[in-house]
Amino acid sequence: MNRIVPLLTVLSALFAIWYVAAALMNASLQQDLFANSDNKTYTTSDLIAASLNMERPKLPAPHQIASELYKLIIATDPTSKRSLVYHAGITLEETVIGFLVGGALGVGLAIMIVSVPVLERSLMPWIVASQTVPIIALAPMIVVILNQFDIGGITPKAAIAAYLSFFPITVGMVKGFRSPETLHLDLMRTYSATRSQVLTKLRAPASLPFFFASMKIGVAAALVGAVVAEVTKSEDGGLGARLLAGSYYGQTVQIWAALFTAAALSGALVGLIDLVGRVTLKRLAFPA
Amino acid sequence: MNKTTKLDAIEISEVSLTFQTSDGPVQALSGVDLTIAKGEFVSFIGPSGCGKTTLLRAVADLESPTAGEIRVNGMSPHEARIRRAYGYVFQAPALYPWRTVAANIALPLEIMGIDRAERKKRVERGLELVNLKGFGQKFPWQLSGGMQQRASIARALSFDPDLLLMDEPFGALDEIVRDMLNQQLLELWAKTGKTALFVTHSIPEAVFLSTRIVVMSPRPGRIHDVIECNFPRDRTLDIRETSEFLEVAHRVRLGLREGHSYDV
Repeated sequence: MNRIVPLLTVLSALFAIWYVAAALMNASLQQDLFANSDNKTYTTSDLIAASLNMERPKLPAPHQIASELYKLIIATDPTSKRSLVYHAGITLEETVIGFLVGGALGVGLAIMIVSVPVLERSLMPWIVASQTVPIIALAPMIVVILNQFDIGGITPKAAIAAYLSFFPITVGMVKGFRSPETLHLDLMRTYSATRSQVLTKLRAPASLPFFFASMKIGVAAALVGAVVAEVTKSEDGGLGARLLAGSYYGQTVQIWAALFTAAALSGALVGLIDLVGRVTLKRLAFPA
Repeated sequence: MNKTTKLDAIEISEVSLTFQTSDGPVQALSGVDLTIAKGEFVSFIGPSGCGKTTLLRAVADLESPTAGEIRVNGMSPHEARIRRAYGYVFQAPALYPWRTVAANIALPLEIMGIDRAERKKRVERGLELVNLKGFGQKFPWQLSGGMQQRASIARALSFDPDLLLMDEPFGALDEIVRDMLNQQLLELWAKTGKTALFVTHSIPEAVFLSTRIVVMSPRPGRIHDVIECNFPRDRTLDIRETSEFLEVAHRVRLGLREGHSYDV
């Protein structure tokens, strides 16, 4: 209860602001519509009501998005190409594959960097540089290049998702692998433990809290990558393709519905990792 | 080398160690000479900055002397470390929080490739040795500070090294717990016949436990005095009230004061 009340307060404040903003932003558009029609004698409340229910508003009202979501998720057959469930499924598949590849790459790079000190100076600048290139510029090139090798379908999109997700995982895991205190490392030294023993028996378990934190950021980044890739390569569908289609035809309600679906999907994935992380860390007696 | 040196556990000759810090070089040890025979219990006592911990770490190959030589069982500290010649007990228990007490004690055994059945046996024995029977499945945070430190001693003894290096293992504990652990440590030492090097701040602790006490003085860290201290092996805490005990304690205190006097 103590957590619900502040949450609901913030949520209702957000809704209130949103409705006011929607009314203000759409009013002039609606005024033009009224002016072009025969209805010249409307009241202010008519204007507000109409502004919040336009077909192509600048900013759709929450209830419009809710009814669009209901229409496209529950009232539509999930196998239909109009269903957001169908498109979310495509995005989810790319995200998960990209995240798994990116996660493995991220952890692998972190292990290399921690094990071979020279690699930090030689690899890290490239890893950082890879993320300074805007993904929106890089995504079409990845699609085109992979297409040259007859690699199409889901692979280029998963590759872009992996490209975005490996970086936070590498950075987080390098930090995690370096998190053991000096005393714990000294102890390993007194046993003359090998590098790989130090990694498996000390660095890896000590990095677990960092692992789950990195994975949460990584999976969210993978979803962003997948959506960006779908905007580039929209013929196969996906939430990104819905965003693109919506903006072609000025279907703002559709754009917002796809946006909310993507956010919910991302939230669900992050929440799932958070849950697995909590249970795992609790079982291994990590202090919370 | 003659025959007697074969029996020496530790030979420290003319060891100096200088740390390079951002404030310039700091001389932690200067011309330290000491020979410790097998089976001795030698305490190192002195004020902060006298290099007692550094000396212990140099013996353990955790620091490298800038000059002089250390031999551990006739080997260089590096060889001795590779051959796992010593168990080290740190100031803090340094138990891995994600491992149970039993798994912590088994850690060196796992690293040394000892099989599961043997590990289990040795962990049981170790828990018994430090009076922690029945606590094997607990996690470190479920134990008191004294119990954690006992677990870390069991861990250091689990692979049965001849040499035990202890760096103020009881420094963070209260006096009552410390007394109890001192008694237990003494019994352990008498039972196993291991060579022990023990760094401490406490005069009664040093006098009670040791066969010899090395009094060190700071800036630069060096040996000020070495005091023989041979009480019977089966002594109890009661000897701390005897005049012999107080006499030795007094000598240690004098030594500490002399070593300190010039910078007061």
